[in-house]
Amino acid sequence: MQTLTQRLANPTRFMEFSGRLLPWISAAAALLIACGLYLGFSAPPDYQQGETVRIMYIHVPSAWLAMAIYSVIAISSFGLLVFRHPLADVSAKAAVPLGAAFTLLALVTGSLWGRPMWGTYWVWDARLTSVLILFFLYLGLMALRASLEDETLASKLTAILALVGIVMLPIIKFSVDFANTLHQPSSVLRVGGPTIEASLLTPLLLTAAGFTLLFSAMHLKAMRNEILRRRVKALQLAEVERAHTAQLAAAE
Amino acid sequence: MTAFFALLKRDLLLAVRQGGALGTALGFYMLVVTLLPLGLGADMNLLSRIAPGVLWIALLLAALLSLGRIFSSDYEDGTLDILATGTLPMELVVTSKSLAHWLSTGIPLALMAPILGLLLNLDLDAYPVLVATMLLGTPAVSFIGAVGAALTLRTYRGGLLIALLVLPLYVPTLIFGMAAVNGLLGVSGTSSALLILGALSLASVVLCPLAAAAALRLQMQ
Amino acid sequence: MLIGPNGSGKSTLLRTLAGYIRPAEGHVRWCRQTAGEKEISESSEVSEVCHFVGHLDGIKTHLTAFENLQFWSEYLGAGDGGADIEAALERFSLDALATIPAGYLSAGQKRRLGLARLLVAPRPIWLLDEPTVSLDAASTDVLAGVINEHLKGGGITVAATHIPMHIEPLATLRLGVVAPEATA
Repeated sequence: MQTLTQRLANPTRFMEFSGRLLPWISAAAALLIACGLYLGFSAPPDYQQGETVRIMYIHVPSAWLAMAIYSVIAISSFGLLVFRHPLADVSAKAAVPLGAAFTLLALVTGSLWGRPMWGTYWVWDARLTSVLILFFLYLGLMALRASLEDETLASKLTAILALVGIVMLPIIKFSVDFANTLHQPSSVLRVGGPTIEASLLTPLLLTAAGFTLLFSAMHLKAMRNEILRRRVKALQLAEVERAHTAQLAAAE
Repeated sequence: MTAFFALLKRDLLLAVRQGGALGTALGFYMLVVTLLPLGLGADMNLLSRIAPGVLWIALLLAALLSLGRIFSSDYEDGTLDILATGTLPMELVVTSKSLAHWLSTGIPLALMAPILGLLLNLDLDAYPVLVATMLLGTPAVSFIGAVGAALTLRTYRGGLLIALLVLPLYVPTLIFGMAAVNGLLGVSGTSSALLILGALSLASVVLCPLAAAAALRLQMQ
Repeated sequence: MLIGPNGSGKSTLLRTLAGYIRPAEGHVRWCRQTAGEKEISESSEVSEVCHFVGHLDGIKTHLTAFENLQFWSEYLGAGDGGADIEAALERFSLDALATIPAGYLSAGQKRRLGLARLLVAPRPIWLLDEPTVSLDAASTDVLAGVINEHLKGGGITVAATHIPMHIEPLATLRLGVVAPEATA
């Protein structure tokens, strides 16, 4: 019995499968996010942070996704290099810009959230710094892929970079935390004290789940687009090949 | 093993003969350090406080720019292809070349730091500490940078791309390097930073060649 | 002998044989026969027993001619030393230039220096991609002589070349031939 990934390895089957799945995921994502935000905005404001705590409903899911998407990319990269899974590169390539976008969203919302508390738009605390470096890792992946014209080479080199990144990421996180314990004993962005009230937790989980589904929907859509783009390119290359062969024959 | 040392010897010989590369790196190092007081004002107190950090960061930049070419010069004259046909696995080729870079560029940069420290009114106590931590941390710089050099072999465009890829990976080296300096000076931090820095260097010596060799093999197709 | 027009894949084939490119299908195997014993190895090991001569010369401009060959001799495993290197230089008429930095040599001389590498480290398989580029007629003959000796000594040479050389190929592979298509 084939595993799911094996069965979906065929691009055509993947297109079919994702095509049917996509509307459901998108709908579920929209629903969860709507519910989450509604509950979030109807809950009483946090006694410490006031209304601004509501940004948490976008910030926390974005931050979680920033990390999770990098893991998706790392897994896809592993699948490409070790198993040569045909859709692995499509998955990685589609996920990188999405990851960068959610990371940027996390940074911006984190900055806006912190402004009323810190008085500045940015502090170099452990979490924000780690997310910023993660953003650079995403940019690096995009820049590397863009710099290479040979797509096969680009896919494999980017995969190597992604794997190097995922190995370095815990080390980077550890080093940033380490630096922070030296400079800043306090931590920021603590939500409502040491425990989170249930009324804040439920909408948070809802939006987190909703955002995750949103990413899944966007990822699937981006993968579908990438597969279509490759098909177009394959057709164009076939044209070139035909012309080349015709010319060789004419030279005989 | 003779092959490993033959390659190492050759690269060191070339580094000496092509003296320009080291000179440029040292010159760049000096220039960046000079820009600091020009940009921040010559307040000697301020400069002496930021001196260790500045010297570390400028070293990273200078090393990084000199790393971009460790593989490409061999790639361009066809030597890399032939190195790949030796009995030495590609990983050891990378190790040898990274080691050559550390010996020919990393160490000189680290030794230059105290001289530049004069420009920044670096604390006298900090001199030996700074050099020691840099010597301990520069292997990581050379080896991690080699991965970047391997990835950008064909598309090296003046150091921007390799900087974007490698500088985030240098963050732990920078943080632990600085923490080690501060730890040894008793300013803050713990002595564990020095050990972690050493571990980082050792780990990069072992692991980075794997990634770099994989990237090089792909580029040689 | 590989023959074919530009772009027909001669270089790609040679690089695949050398192990730089992993074939999409199939294997590259080489078979060593010594006194009746057969030993078959996979392509990844071909790279360790072959000399690959590509479009580039494979010499460092800042090393002298002698130093270049000495390095290849040590690196590619012969580790023998001086005698072989001088003989190799002489064979390709470079002995007078032994102590001159390779960067000063002309294109033809650089090419000959690169080819001299074939002589300083004995390897059974030679993969040559257009080895005669930049060579004059006399040097081409020297190369042909070298290849013939290699073949007589039991080695294999796979060469892609436009120039006729005085070598009897055991087999000729024509690349880029298009099978006549059925008219649509």
